[in-house]
Parts: sequence; structure tokens; C-alpha cells
Amino acid sequence: MAKNENVQDLHLKNLTKRYDDFTAVHDLTLTIPAGSFFALLGPSGCGKTTTLRMIAGLEEPTSGEILIGTENIVPLPPYKRPVNTVFQSYALFPHLTIYENVAFGLRRRGIKDVDKTVKDMLSLVELSAMAERRPMQLSGGQQQRVAVARALINRPDVLLLDEPLGALDLKLRRQMQLELKWIQKDVGTTFVHVTHDQEEAMTMADTVAVMNEGRIEQMGSPVEIYENPKTAFVANFLGQSNLFTGTVKGVDGDLVAVDVNGLTLYVPKSKTNITSGKIVIGVRPEKIKVVDVDTPNLPKNQIVGTISDNAFVGVSTQYVVDSPWGQELSAFEQNVDPNDLGYKGNKVVLAWEPRNSFVLDPDEDLTAGIEPELVLN
Amino acid sequence: MTTLTKKRKIKTAYLLLIPGAAWLLFFFFFPLSSLLATSLKRPLGAAPEDGFAYALQFSNYSNAIAEYWPYFVRAFTYAGIATLVCILLAYPIAYYMAFKATKYKYLMLVLIVAPFFASFLLRTNAWKTILSADGFVVGLLNALGALPEERILSTSIAVVLGLIYNFLPFMILPLFISLDKIDKRLLEAAGDLYATGSQRFWKVVWPLSIPGVVSGVILTFIPASGDYINAQLLGGVSDKMIGNVIQSQFIILRNYPQASALSFSFMAVILVLIYLYLRRVGTKDLL
Repeated sequence: MAKNENVQDLHLKNLTKRYDDFTAVHDLTLTIPAGSFFALLGPSGCGKTTTLRMIAGLEEPTSGEILIGTENIVPLPPYKRPVNTVFQSYALFPHLTIYENVAFGLRRRGIKDVDKTVKDMLSLVELSAMAERRPMQLSGGQQQRVAVARALINRPDVLLLDEPLGALDLKLRRQMQLELKWIQKDVGTTFVHVTHDQEEAMTMADTVAVMNEGRIEQMGSPVEIYENPKTAFVANFLGQSNLFTGTVKGVDGDLVAVDVNGLTLYVPKSKTNITSGKIVIGVRPEKIKVVDVDTPNLPKNQIVGTISDNAFVGVSTQYVVDSPWGQELSAFEQNVDPNDLGYKGNKVVLAWEPRNSFVLDPDEDLTAGIEPELVLN
Repeated sequence: MTTLTKKRKIKTAYLLLIPGAAWLLFFFFFPLSSLLATSLKRPLGAAPEDGFAYALQFSNYSNAIAEYWPYFVRAFTYAGIATLVCILLAYPIAYYMAFKATKYKYLMLVLIVAPFFASFLLRTNAWKTILSADGFVVGLLNALGALPEERILSTSIAVVLGLIYNFLPFMILPLFISLDKIDKRLLEAAGDLYATGSQRFWKVVWPLSIPGVVSGVILTFIPASGDYINAQLLGGVSDKMIGNVIQSQFIILRNYPQASALSFSFMAVILVLIYLYLRRVGTKDLL
């Protein structure tokens, strides 16, 4: 299948969806560049699916505009939009063969000679042999590919994917993630992918927008938002984080020194504009070394604590360590050379390089984005 | 699995079949065999009291067809018309219940089943009043000059109306079940794939409701074509259906062999018609 050359940017402008007493999507403005793989990531009820359905035309915005290039598509009914959707649980037509499912969109637009296009599409998703079967006779992964083929064959400017991998088991999901990514590169269509699975979003997307309570919390490349989360929600929802509230002590060369409960931790100056007063800094558990007390040549940020729990998960050991001020810290130790630190009650040093710290916007609720049951524990 | 537990499982399956099989044997197979035997008997005298003897009197069958074929034709015509009208009436109702009536869906279901609480005979008798010559319906239609015979009661129209009324629920219920089962997201998907409103119906909803239409047709057509109450209570002398003939042969004339032969012929024709119908609809999955 040839690359789709005249794809245009998708713009959402002040897009809002309000139900009676509930705002699902709050004044959303963003641009999704043509030909990119864009992921809308967030917990259930964050407004990501509503946003997708508004783009598809299945839901009417309360206010705001959706533009493809320069054309506002809000007034258009779904069947007139240059947009197609891969539905959650696929919504394949059970009474039609795979061939007819894929040909459905072309036939509705009155295209007579569909045979070559359909066969090309089926071979792209490697289902040529299944053409005459019914959806029920296919495995979950195969049905998923039919759903993609059925939408893509219409050469939409934008392909919307609504949790397309949610119904698949973990192994198949990983495989389909790579396949979808490959198909997207091949056809060059803009993909907008809605998911609550952070790993899925990071694996597939060029740009990830993390959504919470109807707003975009942060948007950027997977590396950018993972390494430098700007809000506590992003820091906690996208992987795990140890967050510390402290006061700026001063600037020490390239580093900002922060007093956290009497301890001095450092963050790179390049990561913040805050040079005095309150500051919230954080570090990912896998950046932290867990070592014996008195180990020489440690990174500059150090906290001495007591192991309260540990779990061996194969590739790594996950430690829960109590800090002197009672905060539970989390650290993952790669299973390169298994060591014997895993005794509960052992005193250990948690150490990490200042460059691996990040700084959050001030006045953050530090528990945002942590799943409720974790907060209770 | 060892062969022993496998054998045991098969044994259990057969054991579970016993009640159903016994029921079928006593209440379906035996009566049917006795009916078949009776249909080939020959009378021993002019009066039914003289009794009947076992024989192979196939003339009972040729007689049934030769003498009573107009009643067969009439029964299938009336039932056919009633079934068609039932589809036309039931489809929108079932569609509304399945797709639109979110809150009142089950209330509507209850209302559709409610007439069954009154006896079939009573309800059909009530139509006598509704369609009577001095009633509102006939009065209105006569005022419009719509009735060539100036009455409805004792015409074929009354019989067909009675059949439609009595068998409509048997069309609505299977249609509702098959429409209700349709995943509403399929309609969204069809819309997303450029289908207009009417294409969504004809390309998605209608084909997926075919199983409901088929069972509705079978449930309506078979009992309606064998019915005799509607023709007896609402129809005239010239509106008698095959059910009336069988009833009078059995109960009034007590010509049991002839009545049995008529019953068997009727069953055979129904089976052929249903078979042809299912072949025509092409629902291999249903057979």
C-alpha cells in the first residue's frame, strides 16, 4: 500500500464536552502533526475516549473546533469525515466475511471495483488466507487486524484507535503493538491511539499526551515525559516515582541544592527555574542504587534507610525502604549481580545521580495519579 | 481422559436424555403413529358406530387432496397474508423496543405478552364485538365507503384480521430477541464506514435480524394455517380453512380415517413449505 501523501495536521481548538453536571473534556487545545503516531493516555474516565468519539463524530462537542488542515469537521456527520475508527472490541460485522468487512467502507462510497484494493489491504495485515472466513472464526489478534484493515482501506487522514488492544492477552498485545507501529510507518496515516496502558502508549507513540480529569497534563515524546514529568499525576501514572517536598538551599555550580527533612539532595539547574522557597523533586525507582552503608564512590544524592520489604521479580528486585522521616521509598535493582541486601530491617544507602532527578511544578498534590488502593496501603 | 471416565460421561449423557425421550415417545411418537395407522383404516359400515378396520386405504389421502384442496389453499393464503402483515407490524415495534425504548423496553414486553392472560377463545370472540355491523370500525369504514360488502364480520377479512391479532406476539418476540442481540456499536462502526441511515439498516440490522424473521415466520405461519377458531368465529361459510375441515371430520362426522389423512397431508405440505422457505432464505446455520 502506497504512503498516504496528503495527510494534514489535526487540530483541536478549545474542545469541550459537558454533560449535565460533569465536564468530560475541558477546553482541550492541541495539534497532532500529520503522519504521527499520537497516544492519548489516561485512566478511565479521564475524557480520552470522549475526545476520540468527538473526532470520529460519534459525540458532539459542547464547544470548540476540530480541524483537519484548515477545515472544521465538527458540522460533518461521521460518514462525511476523513476519519475512520478501530473500535474497542472491534465491532466487526458478524454476518459478513472478512473480505466483505474490509470492503464495507469502499462499497458504501459506491466504489465498484474493490477487489484489488481489498486484497492488497488483506495482504498488508497478513490475512489473505482468511478472506472468506467470518469474524467469529478468527482469533482475537486476527480480528484486531481485520478491524485495522477495515478502517485503513478508506485512506483516512486520521485513524482513531479506541483501546484497540484491550481485549488481547499480554503476549499478543506486545506483538500487535509492534505490528501497528509498523503498519503506521508503512501507510503514513496519522494515528490517534487511546489507551490507559502507559507501556503501550510509550512503546507505540511518537507523542504521548497524558490526560487527567478532562485536561492534558503533559505532552511530549515518551522519553521526555517519562524522564521529566512535570506534574505529580504524570510522575505517578507513568511508571512510579519517589517525590520529595523540600526547600531550595542555594545554587551549587550546575546544581540546585534542596533541603529535604535535613538532608541535601541535588537537581540540575537546567531542570527548573525555582531558585528559592518550596520545591518538589522526584526520582524514578530504577535510577536509584541500593547499596551497603559505607560503600565508597557513591552518587551525590544519598538517603540512608531501612529495608521494609523486598520482592524479587526476575529482571530486578524491588525494594521498599523507609526513609529517616518515615516516607516509604521505592527502588528497583537490576538483577545483574544478585546481592544479599534483601533482609528486612537492613540499613542501606539509596543513591542516585543528581541528573536523574526531576522537578515538578509547585503546589502539587503528590498522590495524584496513584491508584487508590496504593494510597490506602 | 481414561476410557473409563469417558464411557461414564457418555452414559450420563444418555441418562439425561431419558426424560425428554420418554416424553417424546409417549406424547409425540405414539399419538402420531396411531394417527398414521388410523389414516389408513377403512370404515366397516356407513355409520361411525360400525367402527373401522386396519387396512392400507390410501384413497383416504387421494380423497383428502382431491376433495379438500381448496381448503388447503385457503388456509395457506390466509396464513400467508397474516404472516406478511405480522412482519410489517411487528418489525417496527420490535425495532423500537430493541433500539429506542431503553426505559420502557420491559414494560412493552409485558404489554405484548399480556393478552395471553385471557383465553384465546374469549379474545377472538371479543373481535366479534369490535367488528360487528353496528360497531365503530364498520361504521367508520362504511362512512368512507371502504367496504364493498358493507360488513367485515363473516368475511375473509375478519378471519385474516383475527389471525394477525392472535399471532402478532409470536412474530414480535423472536424479532425483538434477535434485534436486541445486535451490538449497537456495529451501527456506529457502519456509520464510521460511510453507511447512511438506510444503509445501516439494510446492510447491518436487517441481515442480522434474519434469524428472528425466520423463527417469527415459522411460529406465526404454522399455527395460523392450522387454526380453525378464527374462521369459525369470525368467518363466513365460504371462509372455512383446512383446520375447520379436520375439526368437523373428527368431532362432528367422526370420520376418523379421513380426518387423520387430512392431518397428515396438512403436516406434509407444511413441512415442504417450511423447507422451501428456509432454502430460499438461505440460512444454512439455522437448519
